[in-house]
Amino acid sequence: MVKVAKEHLLTAAQMAQFVTDGYLVLNEVVPQHLNETVHKELKEFEGSGRKYWMESETIRQVFDLPQVKGALQSLLGEKQVSDHAALHKVVPMHYEGQTYHADSIIDTRPFAFDVQAFYFCHDAPDEMGPTLVLPGSHLRRVNTASIGRYKNIAGQRRLACKAGTIAFMHHGIWHCAQPNSTDTMRYMFKLRLRPGQQQRNLFNTDGCDDPDVKAILYGGSKPWQGNESRLDHMNRAKLWRYVVGNDSVDVSFEGAFSRMGI
Amino acid sequence: MSTTRQQILILCISSPDLDSRTVAWSFYDGAKTRDELQMQTGDSNEPPYRSVLAAMQDGWNVMQFPQLPYLAHEHEHDTGHLPYEYILERKVNING
Repeated sequence: MVKVAKEHLLTAAQMAQFVTDGYLVLNEVVPQHLNETVHKELKEFEGSGRKYWMESETIRQVFDLPQVKGALQSLLGEKQVSDHAALHKVVPMHYEGQTYHADSIIDTRPFAFDVQAFYFCHDAPDEMGPTLVLPGSHLRRVNTASIGRYKNIAGQRRLACKAGTIAFMHHGIWHCAQPNSTDTMRYMFKLRLRPGQQQRNLFNTDGCDDPDVKAILYGGSKPWQGNESRLDHMNRAKLWRYVVGNDSVDVSFEGAFSRMGI
Repeated sequence: MSTTRQQILILCISSPDLDSRTVAWSFYDGAKTRDELQMQTGDSNEPPYRSVLAAMQDGWNVMQFPQLPYLAHEHEHDTGHLPYEYILERKVNING
């Protein structure tokens, strides 16, 4: 893969947001003519998400957009490996929400992560079943649907969005599809990619020591984390070290890394 | 003759203090029929009770306390499920 221009890489603030929340949303990053073509294709398409990924030139154009490639290269590097693609639909007038889950299986890599790009080719308002995510949940180790009895969690967020929006998700994030009370099918194309290299120093690291960037990491605790919020802070500080490629950076809770010689 | 059914309320709170704030909640209503919709993911952003204690004060009975997390050496910073999860129940009449 050709390296994208620096201007299309994620900024330090965007990467800090990804490390803190476990996802990053690029609103309306895909032009409307591509959204409309993808939407039309999906309405007529029969087959798996992988088949669509392999056969549609339009979806390839979406993921070849400089900003989209820039985000993926910032997170995964230039040697990305396609893991799988899926086409997720929520039929009209479907009133049951999917149960909370984390995709795939417990990941034993200490810091490396896959990225799942969730692409909405049409407007996905709140009542249409946009994906529900729990910000800050990506570093919690759970086994797929073992979180399935949590129905509502403080701070959960529906990714209601306009057409052309892509959410880039850490593989570990807790999420689920939502009910669709409209009379229109909801489509979401998902592409999962693996890194082919260490995910160190891949984004635009300019300003990554700036106070406003560190403030995103220091201030990233979520209401649902409760008494464990300081542990969640330690874990995102470890992930930050990994993505900035500097194991001496310390944005841990009260400088605990330095205090404990971690 | 009345018949009762069990309702289960699951409250995850922010610390082992029973009056600490609710951070996650689920409700399974045994009084509803198979065709009626149960609580769904994402259907509420405010918990039904601010704490376990508040639910007890409204008539709910605590059925299960969680074990406190075991902090194994060198895994002290590990996190996973919500640790302070309480199971509560009440019985309701479904006919008279």
